Amino acid sequence: MPLLKNKRLDLSYSQMKWETVFKRLLIAMSTVLVIIVAGILITLIVQSMPSIKSLGLGYLWGKVWDPVQNIYGAYPFLLGTLLTSFTALIISIPFSYAIAIYLGEYNTRGWLSNLLKNTVELIAAVPSVIYGFWGLFVLVPIVRSLEMKIGVAPYGVGVFTSSLILAVMIIPYAASLGTSLIRMVPSPLKEGAYALGATRFEVIRSVILPYTRSGLFAGILLSLGRALGETMAVAMLIGNTTTIGNTFKDIFFGPGNTMASVIASQFTEADHTVYLSALIELGLVLFFVTVIINLVGKRIITKYTNN
Amino acid sequence: MEHSVVSATKFNAWFGDNHAVKDVSIRIDKNQVIAVMGPSGCGKTTFLRCINRMHELIPGTRTEGSLKLYDDEIYTMNPIYVRYKIGMVFQRPNPFPNLSIYDNVIAGYKLNGLKMTKADMNAIVEKSLTSAALWNEVKDSLHKKGTFLSGGQQQRLCIARAIAMEPEVILFDEPTSALDPISTSSIETLFHELKANYTLIIVTHNMQQAARVSDKTAFFYLGELVEFDNTKQMFTAPKDVRTQNYITGRFS
Amino acid sequence: MDARIRIRNTKSIVFKSVVVFLAFMITIPLIVILVYIIKQGVMQVNWHFLTNVPAPVGEPGGGISNALVGSIIIVAMSSMIAIPIGMLAGIYLSENPGTRLAHYSGLCVDILQGVPSIVVGIVVYFWVVKPLGTFSAISGSIALAMMMMPIVIRSTEQTLKLLPDTLKEAALSLGVPYHRVILKVIIPCGFSGILSGIMLSVARIVGETAPLLFTAFGNPYLSTSITKPMQSLPLLIFNYATSPYDDWHNLAWGASFMLLMFVLILNISTKLVTRKWNIQL
Repeated sequence: MPLLKNKRLDLSYSQMKWETVFKRLLIAMSTVLVIIVAGILITLIVQSMPSIKSLGLGYLWGKVWDPVQNIYGAYPFLLGTLLTSFTALIISIPFSYAIAIYLGEYNTRGWLSNLLKNTVELIAAVPSVIYGFWGLFVLVPIVRSLEMKIGVAPYGVGVFTSSLILAVMIIPYAASLGTSLIRMVPSPLKEGAYALGATRFEVIRSVILPYTRSGLFAGILLSLGRALGETMAVAMLIGNTTTIGNTFKDIFFGPGNTMASVIASQFTEADHTVYLSALIELGLVLFFVTVIINLVGKRIITKYTNN
Repeated sequence: MEHSVVSATKFNAWFGDNHAVKDVSIRIDKNQVIAVMGPSGCGKTTFLRCINRMHELIPGTRTEGSLKLYDDEIYTMNPIYVRYKIGMVFQRPNPFPNLSIYDNVIAGYKLNGLKMTKADMNAIVEKSLTSAALWNEVKDSLHKKGTFLSGGQQQRLCIARAIAMEPEVILFDEPTSALDPISTSSIETLFHELKANYTLIIVTHNMQQAARVSDKTAFFYLGELVEFDNTKQMFTAPKDVRTQNYITGRFS
Repeated sequence: MDARIRIRNTKSIVFKSVVVFLAFMITIPLIVILVYIIKQGVMQVNWHFLTNVPAPVGEPGGGISNALVGSIIIVAMSSMIAIPIGMLAGIYLSENPGTRLAHYSGLCVDILQGVPSIVVGIVVYFWVVKPLGTFSAISGSIALAMMMMPIVIRSTEQTLKLLPDTLKEAALSLGVPYHRVILKVIIPCGFSGILSGIMLSVARIVGETAPLLFTAFGNPYLSTSITKPMQSLPLLIFNYATSPYDDWHNLAWGASFMLLMFVLILNISTKLVTRKWNIQL
């Protein structure tokens, strides 16, 4: 054994066992994530079982939801979810893209660009319950008078109102993703087009947008995923009914419910097993749909950024 | 019988399936400067990193054969102890950016949680920085972070940090390849002063540097130790034709 | 030739105007909402408001102290759960990127990040509320912790991945054992990125209502017991805003103002922290 020139260093031997403990802890914590997700899936499935067993798949397109008579049909909520999410998406896309193009191409740095960027981030930071609260007191009266003008029943609350607020809430997601993607377009590509005499608009249209097309689509998917899962603002503005209107106008401008909002409103009232289980089943559907959309979106982005 | 500080006998190392170091046998004596040279991918850096057991930190690697520090098998010793006794200086200077110059020098003690008196720490810091020829330049800014130092000064700080541990051997992995010529030459002067107290093993891509600073030179090629001899001998009359070709620039 | 070019240039200018217009339109709803909340809420805030619980229906006055205290307790507990787990998992993911566990764990982080908050609330109801037999603050914290974790994990992972390998190598070559290398060198060097991730995750959950609907549930009284129902700012806002009483609406405005201010301050602080503590590498 060579002379220990420096006896002070003797003490560190016990560190070896702490090293193993630490490495095991890291592994354990990563496993926790897997356990949590598995747990969520299992809990949702197990708790939906009573409903799945007694109502079967017909549940998904049943049009009547009447807990008092023990009849459950999810169709009204599927409809409400699709309508609100897609309307919100359609409304928000022009704004999201405009922000992405502006911040990604026209004005990538400087005080004005930072101001807009911070504004967009702030929109995402405002809690959803505050959007709902504001919507209830400001947006609803406005929509009510609009509905009176176009001759629809002036509820004020409803699918349309929810879609409006939802649109504002989801703009930041596609916008910030789009901004990063557009900034990643390689300069040589753009310069080539400019050198051929293209205008700014033409470069955007024929170089930047095609190049980022898949990534921008992923941004839309992420916005959609966010819209599908949004609960509070929608719950406060959608009117909370379980029936479907007669005409499209009635459905669109009238009250309704989404999967998320009906769970929020009725969960604590669900007093019998099948009732509760039917709500959980909605949660299960919501879980699958949002998870798949999010994973597909993330996969597209990873592929895009690796190219 | 003279004890070699570091001796390898039929030592092998792999990166997965890649046999990077093949049957290397070498005896390195105390207080000498040994240069290890060879073309890219010849295994010299891999071999160096095996000596202080840094190679095994990469997943999928393994080693075989004997590698000793004096009489003890390096691969049966506690790796932490090995690294106390065998220090390393890297290609790019890498002082800890969140620590002051002072804390960088005694990082080996502080990060290991070893308690020392202020007086002891001050003594070690001053001694190490002096040995690394950096004391005069930083003695008034010991508590500032090292980011304002030049590349050459940062590298000397890393050398001081390694010296503070009072190792037997200091390994250098292309220590001046990222530095300007003036810094390079000041560090080469340092090698000469350090060998009085330590054994230096320096991997270098630069033949002229090997010829300038070392007592003995090892030439690696395709994973094998082709030749190991006194530097003067190696560069004037190499015994192996591959060494000859390398020195005359047939490949690099 | 000249006319064609002029048309193309005009198109370009028109396009830019449309883009700028649409882009900056986003500021309108934000300003409108912020101004409204501030206007309605700031009048409500006074010492009485901050230190009293809500008054029963019909009685004027009252405050939101139960919600303020409740939010603080719930968020603090969530942080205590999510930050250690999140940081350790983030460290594992950045240090062992090729392993199977890293692949599946990373996938689960992505999944968890996309789970709707109401679903998290339902699940924690079955995991904690039912077994305990009561709504509780701790169940709310667990639900919120599950939402914080992905953010903490990803920001820790990304911050650490950006650090150069030479940092770790330098520490390891000095004989520092692995856990000390991570805890005393790598984490401190990545401090600003990790801290901003933590602050962002807190900002995210401080305004969350859905996960608390069936876990913490709410409480009209000030409670500090973690095994009993507890009020939080967003829960109070939801319940009182949707109630038919004006007094309660006023309380909700005041609470909205407080919540908004807190979220704003957190977001601004995060940006300042990133700028201040960024260690020059």
